[in-house]
Amino acid sequence: MSVATKQLRLSPKRRLKNSGRRNPLVGLIAWITALLFVSPVLWMMITSFHSEADAATNPPSFFAPLTLDAYAQFFGAASGANPWPPLINSAMASVFSTILVLLLAMPAAYALSIKPIKKWTDVLFFLLSTKMLPIVAAALPLYIFANFSGMLDNIWFLIIMYTSMNLPIAVWMMRSFLAEVPVEMLEAAQLDGAGLIRTLSQVVAPVATPGIAATGLICFIFSWNELLLARVLTGVVSGTAPVFLTGFVSSQGLFLAQLCAASVVVSLPVLIAGFAAQDKLVQGLSLGAVK
Amino acid sequence: MSYVSTAMKPKPTLGGPGTDQRKKSRAAAWARRAPLLPALIFVIITTQLPFAVTLVISFFNWNSLRPNDRGFAGLSNYIQVFADPGLRHAVWVTILLTASVVLISLVTGLLIALLLNQKFFGRGLVRTLLIAPFLVVPVAAALIWKHAILNPVYGLINGILTGIWELFGSQNPPQMDLLTDQPLAAIIASLVWQWTPFMMLILLAGLQSRPADAIEAAQMDGANAWHVFRYITLPHLRQYLELGGLLGAIYIVQNFDAVFTLTSGGLGTSNLPYAVYKTFYIANEYGVASAAGVVTVAGSLIVATFALRTVFSIFKKEAAR
Repeated sequence: MSVATKQLRLSPKRRLKNSGRRNPLVGLIAWITALLFVSPVLWMMITSFHSEADAATNPPSFFAPLTLDAYAQFFGAASGANPWPPLINSAMASVFSTILVLLLAMPAAYALSIKPIKKWTDVLFFLLSTKMLPIVAAALPLYIFANFSGMLDNIWFLIIMYTSMNLPIAVWMMRSFLAEVPVEMLEAAQLDGAGLIRTLSQVVAPVATPGIAATGLICFIFSWNELLLARVLTGVVSGTAPVFLTGFVSSQGLFLAQLCAASVVVSLPVLIAGFAAQDKLVQGLSLGAVK
Repeated sequence: MSYVSTAMKPKPTLGGPGTDQRKKSRAAAWARRAPLLPALIFVIITTQLPFAVTLVISFFNWNSLRPNDRGFAGLSNYIQVFADPGLRHAVWVTILLTASVVLISLVTGLLIALLLNQKFFGRGLVRTLLIAPFLVVPVAAALIWKHAILNPVYGLINGILTGIWELFGSQNPPQMDLLTDQPLAAIIASLVWQWTPFMMLILLAGLQSRPADAIEAAQMDGANAWHVFRYITLPHLRQYLELGGLLGAIYIVQNFDAVFTLTSGGLGTSNLPYAVYKTFYIANEYGVASAAGVVTVAGSLIVATFALRTVFSIFKKEAAR
């Protein structure tokens, strides 16, 4: 009797295999692996704080004096290349497309999870299938259309395309997050006679905020990272940060410290957004299939 | 997933109150669909229309530098695509690149996930550090790999080799130039580095959802760690491995950033997206580029079919819960 109760009490603790005891060797291997994986990022950061002379040495000068020269250079101290327009373009493209995506995806996800229409699975899988068609096959017609309608090198055309690029997966992510809203709350809202917009803004949004935020952050990252469409559809005026980065090397010659500083600056928003969404990253990226 | 709809299924009665009811239920069905329509119409216009145009252009002779030569070309663009050794090679590169990046990052991701599933000092921090490669802008990552890591003169790898050899008093350390000697391997390495965290996250979630009671029962029956892994963990992880692999494949089939930045498609590393881009953006061959685009879509559909089937099976299991 007493043995049985003891085991019962113990069992929740031993839920995961081996997780009960710490193994120093496992920890050591894990730490070495993590440092190995993160070393290119660390090296990028260290080099960005070195002078150009210390950045390009063989063997590497790990402990060279730190300086902000590369950042000063990147922000246009001498070269004259101004990184602010592309950074602002990227911010505009990412933020506005993300807002559009959320505005369109919220009601759509509502109609596919909370109050599902007939054939809602068909719609979901149609949306997912559009994501599997390579963007490059659509790039030429988009270029021709933009050129024809005078929308080439216009950031708003890019914003529309990024909205279209992220909307299908955003609906999937959002559907998974909205499905977690308790049914009782929705029934109560319905009894109170709340319409769609009130239900979404006052019942669904507050409960699903972490999920909606994660969806927004992931869409932001995808837009910020995008290169192919930006390269084809933008030019001098509305080029984004990734386009600027690819042109940076050829126009500046090779300044390793400056290149690293540029990479750090351009990656910073994504790193921040990614770590902010860390807890929901898996559920979002796996389209809700993994919780 | 037990939403019972009351507005659906109108009874097929004729006349009087029946038609009224049907009208009402039809209105209710449209009210249900309304929130979906803006997104659906937007996606159809912005994704289906361009592909339809690509399909049409692929049957035309069209080089933007020779606007007067435009005309119907039949299948000649397709014949050109399959006859061009460069484009044929691009098909092969795309398959090789996708398969190797997906497989290597799945295996590496699984090994790291198995480590992270154990308890050790600073586990949360290690997990956070390991996500970092996935959160570097792909263009920046490719540039860093090209210039700061793989550069033969002052890249980190050769630098560390020099450092180690100097430590032992040697003046001629081995130096390598991966970008020139094995350019495809260099692209694969940088992509594996970026995609391993993604696989690791999905597989770690899979490991943590293993049925604890089955493992305990097996351990009581005397199963060793390998048996538990082979007969419980691996079968349970199967759908997570499939999901990670297919989602990864969808993105890596389309990869443009790494090929564009690391090698500019040179030295036989041009994959289909890069080849299509080059054909229309640099060579201005709109017709041929569209035909190559259609071929790329056809190839992607093969991956997509498997991907959709896998997601659907997971989806159905979840819906049945």
